[in-house]
Amino acid sequence: MNELISIIMSKLNYWVYIALMMIGLYAIIAKKNLVKKIIGMNILQTAVILFFISLGAKKDATIPIIMHGHAAKSHAVQAADYINPLPHVLMLTAIVVAVATLGVALALVIKVFQQYQTLEEDEILAQLKEE
Amino acid sequence: MIWQIELVVLLMVIICGIGAITVKDLLGAAILFGAYSFMMCLLWAIMGAVDVAFTEASVGAGISTVLFVAAVFRTSRRTKD
Amino acid sequence: MKTLAVFIVLLFGGLLIYCTLDFPSRGDPQAPANMHVSPHYIEHTMEETSVPNIVTAVLADYRGYDTMFETIVIFSAGVACLFLLRIFRRIEPETQLYRHIPSGITLRIAKGVEPPRESREFERIDLMWVPYDLIVKTSARLIVPFSQIFALYVIAHGHYSPGGGFQGGVILGASIILFAISHNLRSSLARISEKLAVLLCGLGVFIYAGTGALSIFLGSNYLDYGALSQVFGVDPVTARSHGILMVEIGVGICVMAVMVHLYYNLASAGRHDEGL
Repeated sequence: MNELISIIMSKLNYWVYIALMMIGLYAIIAKKNLVKKIIGMNILQTAVILFFISLGAKKDATIPIIMHGHAAKSHAVQAADYINPLPHVLMLTAIVVAVATLGVALALVIKVFQQYQTLEEDEILAQLKEE
Repeated sequence: MIWQIELVVLLMVIICGIGAITVKDLLGAAILFGAYSFMMCLLWAIMGAVDVAFTEASVGAGISTVLFVAAVFRTSRRTKD
Repeated sequence: MKTLAVFIVLLFGGLLIYCTLDFPSRGDPQAPANMHVSPHYIEHTMEETSVPNIVTAVLADYRGYDTMFETIVIFSAGVACLFLLRIFRRIEPETQLYRHIPSGITLRIAKGVEPPRESREFERIDLMWVPYDLIVKTSARLIVPFSQIFALYVIAHGHYSPGGGFQGGVILGASIILFAISHNLRSSLARISEKLAVLLCGLGVFIYAGTGALSIFLGSNYLDYGALSQVFGVDPVTARSHGILMVEIGVGICVMAVMVHLYYNLASAGRHDEGL
């Protein structure tokens, strides 16, 4: 029982991030409104980014900007003092790609509304069947 | 990384996320999504990812919310679900 | 549909939770993610590029190809929005609203009637008419220049503090969007026209790719900033620092122009006459 609790406590934060991803995935599949689907897509993207950033955390380490700047040539830089900068770099690209995708998705939503006068998926499908 | 603060912010993130996909008013969903982005930015600042938090604060809580509100303004605001 | 969605969500959630049982615990310095490539980046950034912000150095120098293609992705998102939404034919609106400024009377001009010319007495207001709001206009006029200075500071100090090209470019774009929201879309179009925004998108990508091509002309590899030491006249380590600043400026210009362009097209649904 004790080791079960210790397993749960050490992995609990990963499970919370997975719960957040699943909220986003549920919104993409189950919601009928197009704007709600886009919000779900963005929730999924930011949850994945959160999961990645949590992989780079280190105990008792500071932010990845080298202390003492240009005077650091006299101090040796230890890798264990700074948190891992590599996930941050990859996730910066991911955030910017997310906002670009959001822009194009919202442009598509406006075009769909101009054509069908509604944003609900079942009404759009009904109008498509009549044509 | 003080785990109490992190727990509270995580709870707020989940509440904002569930709220953003549940409310029936699309403008309210856009604003809740802005709040969700800002809570995420706080979470990353707690974890030490300051560059990522800066980017998310400006992009998610700034530009993303404005684009959503502009799109809702040009389409309809009510939704059945 | 909802039961299918719940089933899929539970299935994937269960699979992912099963996978997390193998993960290292939180904050472990001996985790495999912290052991192989990143110690090299942390320990050798100062002596190879003299940039204290490790994230900026890795983003613009060690992994410069990724950032270049990301800039191209943003540029193509702006172009896609242009193709999707922009209507170039001038459609006559049904009614237009004009206001006579000295007396404050609002005129509604129906279709077919010639509208008065814009001058000091007549100004055109939007169809979703909001009252003339002095507080919003004045505070926006105060905030916009200071936020632009802050954005330029963020771009220039990406080497020493959190920041860099993306963040500064987004804040610049947001300041112009603030101006467009508080005043008119048309007055913002008069200052930063659509042609200027699209040209700046391309200019940003050109600066980034051009820096790489300049390195080839000087005899080294593509995007190898050490070769720029012949242009700047400094040692290769400082030349790498200056090369990082050049590409950050290119990225900032491109991101600003795309944000402004996206807002213009989304807020007016392609017509560029009335906005939020």
